[in-house]
Amino acid sequence: MLCCVCKEKEATVHLTQIAGDKMQKVDLCEECAKQKGVNDPAGFSLADLLLGLGASQEMEQATGGTEVKCPACGFTQADFKKAGRLGCAECYKTFAEGLEQLLKSMHKGTRHRGKVPAALRESQDLAERLKALQKKLEKAVSEEDFEQAAQCRDEIKTTKERLSSMSAS
Amino acid sequence: MNIHEFLAPPSETARRDAPHNKIVLTSRVRLARNLKGVAFPGWAKKAERIRALEIVRPAVETLSAMKGAFSESMDNLTPLDKQILVERHLISREHAAKNAGSGLVLNKEESLCVMINEEDHLRMQALRPGLQLKQAWAAIDQFDSQLEKKLEYAFDASLGYLTACPTNLGTGIRVSAMLHLPGLVLSEQINQIISAVNKLGLAVRGLYGEGTEALGNVFQVSNQMTLGETEPDIVDRLSKVLAQIIEHEENARGSLLEKKPKTVMNQIGRAYGILANSHSISSKETMNLLSFMRLGVDLGLFPDVERGLVDELFVVTQPAHLQRQYAEKLGADERDLLRADMLRERLRNVSRPLGAPPGHGNGGKLDKTGDQ
Repeated sequence: MLCCVCKEKEATVHLTQIAGDKMQKVDLCEECAKQKGVNDPAGFSLADLLLGLGASQEMEQATGGTEVKCPACGFTQADFKKAGRLGCAECYKTFAEGLEQLLKSMHKGTRHRGKVPAALRESQDLAERLKALQKKLEKAVSEEDFEQAAQCRDEIKTTKERLSSMSAS
Repeated sequence: MNIHEFLAPPSETARRDAPHNKIVLTSRVRLARNLKGVAFPGWAKKAERIRALEIVRPAVETLSAMKGAFSESMDNLTPLDKQILVERHLISREHAAKNAGSGLVLNKEESLCVMINEEDHLRMQALRPGLQLKQAWAAIDQFDSQLEKKLEYAFDASLGYLTACPTNLGTGIRVSAMLHLPGLVLSEQINQIISAVNKLGLAVRGLYGEGTEALGNVFQVSNQMTLGETEPDIVDRLSKVLAQIIEHEENARGSLLEKKPKTVMNQIGRAYGILANSHSISSKETMNLLSFMRLGVDLGLFPDVERGLVDELFVVTQPAHLQRQYAEKLGADERDLLRADMLRERLRNVSRPLGAPPGHGNGGKLDKTGDQ
């Protein structure tokens, strides 16, 4: 097995990381392991290693080798390769394809499950409520339950008003 | 007010009582946040960084939690000020290297600290002594909820909070604890523990974070994954692992005393001997020896010493803290002399360690070897 950093020497250091049901494996030759600080257990983080290793290659593959530039901030793949950091929030859209694999290898999942800013949470809740109401309205109409349909229509109207007043503020 | 007048003296902070502070020195939860529509600090031009600082700083300062806070632009702090803040673990080494366009807001209790324009526009952290991860998370969650009313964050429904480095994406959370693990080091189990912790997707680092040495047998354990899990789940997972590390450390100390009392007593006795009698000592040697003295206090070998004294010395013997007490610029050699003077003076009334831990018979027994 060849070292996955230099792709020249035989890999003798094998690292495994298990998180939940996901397993990550990295195989390194002794020299590269030393260079990446693997032998210094206190200074080593697999995420950082993966970031340096996979990011640029995957991003290049995803874009078929053409140079992509972030329309918002002018950041390029080459910049990412150099810095290991992105240029702006918009870069996550610009480089979405290449980042997907990287995020998969780095994190527990690829969808955020944590905190959401309260203002967004409210509008998300309202948007979901709107969807549910629209379904209910369709059902009521198809069942010719006009009383129910009228009620749904009113609720949809007030929900829409609340949503638009929120995005305006 | 300058930062030296603002910061509580180490004699005070080292004596705060806290849960599990025998092994867990501090708990910390930090959140990374960025402003919508502004390039990340590492890529933004200076003018844009200054603009971000001018938006963020007043928003942070006016929060009720920051009443009476210390707030300063990084270019108004001297290199010594910054180094003091690093030695107190209030800012990162990366942030200490920043100047115009970056800032710091620190509350009066030194329990909430916001770095502005470090790697992200906002790095806010809640700090607590001992093992208090849940409390730290609750504090920073509340702080963040107040701040989000004043700032518009870069947030994506599917990717969460957008950060400069993809390793922080999603929750932007880093939950960490600083642990004192001399038992696991002496019993040579530490590498095993580190690799086990690494396999669980957690990182183990040295005293000053990324890429630093584990001086004084102090290790930082933190989560690495930030996307795909809720914050309370991450806090929970780390808490469980910490509980196990604490147990392993306690067991290691117990079995060391049982099997290798001479090795342990020898380390502690020598540490005391050098710290109390040397005339020149480096900061690195001081930290490593103070670690063994701290272990001695934990084992009851220094009945008249409180752990707070050792923890205070851990801070005040570091280079910037030492330099601060002298007007003229000291070289490393001069600092080593003055550090030794300080240690001799502070340990003058400390009696040498007992010959054996209380309740462990006489200290005359030989260490057990492998074949017994």
